[in-house]
Formats: sequence, structure tokens, C-alpha cells
Amino acid sequence: MAPNASDDSATAADAEELRAARRRKAARYVVPATVVGVAAATIGLVPALADSGDPDLPKISAQELVEKIAASDVQQLSGTVKITTDLGLPDLGGLANSLGSAAGPSGSGDGSSADPSAKLTELASGTHTLRVAADGENKQKVSLLEDAAEYSLIHNGKDVWGYDSKSNSVFHTTASERDGKQKDDELPATPKDLAEDALKAADKTTSITVEGTAQVAGRDAYRLVIKPKDENTTVGQITVAVDAKTGLPLKFTLTPASGGAAVVDAGFTQVSFARPAASTFDFTPPKGAKVEEGDAGDASKAPGHAEDFGKEQRKHLDKGSAELGKNGPEGLNVIGDGWDSIATFDTGGKGVPSGSEVGGDAGSFLDSLGDKVSGKFGQGTVFKTRLINALITDDGKVYVGAVTKDALVKAADAGK
Amino acid sequence: MSQAEEITPKGRGELRDQPPPAVSRRTTFYGTLFRNELRTTFRRWRTLALLAVLAAVPILVGIAVKIETGGDDPSGPSGNGPAFISQITNNGLFLVFTALAATLPFFLPMAIGVIAGDAIAGEANAGTLRYLLVAPAGRTRLLLTKYATVMTFCLVATLVVAVSALATGALLFPLGDLTTISGTRITFAEGLGRALLIALVVAASLVGVAALGLFVSTLTNSGIAAMATTVGLLITVQILDQIPQLHALQPYFFSHYWLSFADLMREPVYWDDLVRNLGLQALYAAVFGSAAWARFTAKDITA
Repeated sequence: MAPNASDDSATAADAEELRAARRRKAARYVVPATVVGVAAATIGLVPALADSGDPDLPKISAQELVEKIAASDVQQLSGTVKITTDLGLPDLGGLANSLGSAAGPSGSGDGSSADPSAKLTELASGTHTLRVAADGENKQKVSLLEDAAEYSLIHNGKDVWGYDSKSNSVFHTTASERDGKQKDDELPATPKDLAEDALKAADKTTSITVEGTAQVAGRDAYRLVIKPKDENTTVGQITVAVDAKTGLPLKFTLTPASGGAAVVDAGFTQVSFARPAASTFDFTPPKGAKVEEGDAGDASKAPGHAEDFGKEQRKHLDKGSAELGKNGPEGLNVIGDGWDSIATFDTGGKGVPSGSEVGGDAGSFLDSLGDKVSGKFGQGTVFKTRLINALITDDGKVYVGAVTKDALVKAADAGK
Repeated sequence: MSQAEEITPKGRGELRDQPPPAVSRRTTFYGTLFRNELRTTFRRWRTLALLAVLAAVPILVGIAVKIETGGDDPSGPSGNGPAFISQITNNGLFLVFTALAATLPFFLPMAIGVIAGDAIAGEANAGTLRYLLVAPAGRTRLLLTKYATVMTFCLVATLVVAVSALATGALLFPLGDLTTISGTRITFAEGLGRALLIALVVAASLVGVAALGLFVSTLTNSGIAAMATTVGLLITVQILDQIPQLHALQPYFFSHYWLSFADLMREPVYWDDLVRNLGLQALYAAVFGSAAWARFTAKDITA
């Protein structure tokens, strides 16, 4: 019988063979392990290899580079922009919603989200991918990519369309009331807009230098570094990567004086200077979409809407005085100039927002954001972010600026 | 060298007198085993029930949307719910995308988990695995055949959802030119093409789960245990994918880029996440496929 035959030959040779077989079995697991190793190495190395170092470009002075930006006349482009904003605030999506609902019936109440100004608050935190396309003065498109949805703002001739694919709602207005220029002010999305804003603020208080080169979206670029000389400002430095060929700003980075990650980092991840397809700018409202007309009467109402929507957090969120001047309460003043300028206005004696006003979770959330301070001016609350600080005194004055807390208190004292 | 070949000469004495196995078995066309596997899999009531459940999802979604909007109201339900749901009332084709978005996170991978988990462990459980190995195909080929069968099921399951959704959408809602999520318009034919492309991408998104399930299936002799483990892993990964503190790990979860198929509905198509998804699925298939091979070819088949 076969089984018996193997019984008496159970020798050392068999044991040896068994061990060898076991080794062979174990050896097979080398294959998956290798696959994992190769994948890990590829993920780790490819970005490092792709980063082929800074490109060699002829030297250029800061003045020449700024002129190059000013002279830049890019009419046609399309590309993908990634914007990362880290103001040091929690995710504002939920807050905006709770504030919106707490602020009572907001406008028509149908929650139409195709209104461009409503989308602005979304950009205030987190990472967002935008697509931009432009073909001359009259055709521009900006799309905010969301999960399985997209918000597009399309300017084509005299029409400006906002389309929110998630809710299938459309916002429409005409360019004569809300021309391209104004839209740019509201949505400083492309690096070009951001860089222009930064350069506008530059004067004697600022050092502007060209520091080396970089590669952005596969293009060679100069790095323009803008450093404030003021000590009171929270702005550390601003870096703008400028395309060496076209002079188009490709990347904008704002680092705070306190160090750490950039507060705003906006840059092209992919860019092309070819003319985008004409169909990109064609828009007809889809069948059954809710169309909100933003004409004469409504155009003034729409921003008001947005104000309801985010009035409270707007006070300490607003990026600049321009925005405040447009949407904020009357009586805006700017103290000082340059980087440590402080915008101030009177809310009309309401004091710290929220609490009972906003109520509920949002109210206690707002309270937890602020630091109580006191000085010659009396009592107040300071709301801090990594870039913008705001002081709201108990008698209803608001001081906002990209400056330190001490500078705000000093300004309030001086204003008393 | 494989156990399968040794069985014949070492068997009972009387077998030795019989002629060696027909030569034709050795030169068997590679497809035969695959075809038999397909037939076995798709004839099972279990498989048919899974497909029926998948086909029912788009029908239920379609009817729910139809009832909610009362048929006349042209504005769809508001933005909450699966992707694209607000556009369904205006164009039935969007039901395909909504149905795929609704089934991809759970129903589809669960069905795949059941089929993949059952592939090897189920045979072992039923005691049929060694008979399968008697066929002179070799273990590697059997494993490849099993994996090909599971992937075929991925494709069939996805197409069942898509076709059922298209039929429901065509019955309940109007069809016609559609607006991409970027706001541009494409013709219905192009929309159909994109729907097919999306179905293929969704099927490809399941390749990783299929490989994982197959690997789990080689670890145990219990079909139920393999299915439960695969589906359990699936749920665990989906939960981990929601935890913000793990954002550094999340890009490596097989389910992380699943919903990127919606990027095919942008104009122009946004490829970044789609490519990442397909690359990740290929990586999972390579890692767990080879791990399954290492395990299965070295395993003692006792049942």
C-alpha cells in the first residue's frame, strides 16, 4: 500500500524537503511585497524627479518684472487653478449655513445658490479647484469644481450667467450692470487678479525683489517676492510666480508673519494659452432650471442677500476694505496706509455680534472665537485669524486689518 | 508538479490500467475553463438575485423622483441626495449617472464582495475545489480565471444598473440634449457615449475590491467568512474615508476616488482624479492579485 511505504521513509531528507518547500512558499510573497515597494517608491520618487530644479532664466530686476506683468496681454487662456486658503478658522461651510438660517428668512428662501456672491464664502477656507478660461474681453468663464457638481460663472458678450449644477439653478444678469471688471473685483480667483491687488498695495513700505525662479504648471517663471516693512502687519511675505514668457502671474502665495503654512496659496496647476473652444462660453439655461434674474431691481438686492447670508462673519472675514466699502455698513474709515492700515466703521452701537442675536450654536461658536480685550477705548472683543484680525468694541465700533492685536487696540485707543 | 497532475498516477491501483487522460484536455482552449466558470457563476440564483437588486435601485430612484415632483413640476428635487439627482426630471439620461452614484458606494462593491469572496472559499467550502484542480489547468490559471469571472461580474453588474436606469429614465422622463455640469450643452448621442464611458469607469473602479475579495477568499475555507470579511473591509474603509484626521491616508483607500466618474460630465473632462482612481485600482489589483496568487499556489488544498 502506498501510504505505508511513505511511513518508514520519513527521514531527515523528507524534513529537509519540507523546509525547502516552505521556503519556496514564503518566497512567493516576495511578489506582492515587491509590488508594494515599487509603488511606494514611485509615489515617493516621481514628484521628486519631476521637480527638475529651478529653471535657468536670464536675470531680471524687480522693476522689469513688474512692468512685464503690467504689459502682460494674455487674451486667451484656459487652465486649472488650485486655491488653498487657511485662515486658521474652522470649516466655514457649516457656520455659514447655520448663520444663514439663524438670520431668519433669507430673501426668497428657496436657497438658490447660483448667486455669485453666495459662492464667495466657500472660497474662504479649504482647498478648491477652479477652472478658468478666457477669450478676449468679452468671454470669460470661471468654474468651481465640487464633488460631482460644478459652479460656473460665464461671461459671454452682454450676458453673465451663474450656473450651479448641484441645485440646477441659474443666476442671470447683464454685463452692463455687472461688467467683467466688477466681477473680477468680487472673485479675485486668477493669480493675475491677486497679484495686481498685491502690487497695488505696494509703496515705500514694501520691499519688492526677484528671488530666483520656479516652475509652475510646467512653465518657467520668476519669483517676485513682496515683503512688508511694517512691523505691525500680520502679512509675512507674498510670493508671485510670473511666467517668464507671457508675464502672466501663475502662482500667488501669502505667508503670515507668524510663520507656518501659507494663508492663501493660489496657482495654476495646468495652463494653456491656446484659444478655448467657443462652446465653452455658450450657455443656455437647462430645461427646468430655476433661473434667478439679477436685473436692475434684483442686482442691488443680490448683494444684500449675501449680506444677510453672512453678515456676521463677514465683519471679521472680509479680506479688504474694498469689499467692506461695497457691502458693509456706512461710515467706513481707513486709518493709516500701506500694510498696517486699519479699516474702521460704526455698526450703530450693537457691539459684539452674535450671542443672543445669532443665537444657538452659531452664537456660542462666535463667542468662542473672540478674545476679550480692554483699553482706553473701553471693552471689546478681538476676533483673530491667521491673517485678518478684527476688534469690535462694546460700543459698536469695528476695527479690521491685517495687523496684530496690539495695533488694533492702539488704533481704538487713538480713535477714542 | 502541481498536485492536480500527481493525483492520476498515484491514485488507486486500478486507475493505472486505464489510458492516460485524453491529450485533448491538456491542449484545452484557454477559454473553456473561463466559459464554464462564467456559466456556473451566472446560473446561480444568488448571482441573479444580486443583479435583480441592482436593477431595482434605479427603478426605485426613478419612481421616487417622479412621485416627489408630481410629474408636472419641471424643477427637480433640490441639491441634496445623490449626484445629478436634480437634473433627472429634465432628462432621463441623468438617472444613469444618479443610479451609478447611488449604487457605487455600497450596493455594487457589496455584490462584488459576495462574488469575489465566494470565488475560492466557496469552492473549498462545497468541497469542489480539488475537483476543479483535477483539470490540468494549474492553480495560477484557475485563479486568473476566477479573477476574470469576478471582473466580468463587475462589468455586468454595472451595465445592469446603467441599462435599467436608462430604461426607467426613458419611460418616466423626457430625453434629449443635456447640459454638462460645466454648463455647456452636448447632444443626446454624446451623452449616451459619456454614460457608457462612465459605466466602464465605474466597473473599473471595482477592480480593486474584486482583487481584495479574491485574496480574502484564498485565506479561508469558508465562503461566508470570506464574503463577510470583504464586505466588512469595504464598510470600514468607507468609514475611515470620512474621518478628516486621516486625510493623509485617504488618497490610498480604494474607495477614495470612486465618485470621480462624475468628472467625465465636465467640459472639458477633468482627468486628474479619474487617472488617480484607475491607477489606484490597478495598484490594488496588482498587490492583492499577486498576494492571492502567492497564497493560493502555496496552499494545501484539503477540501
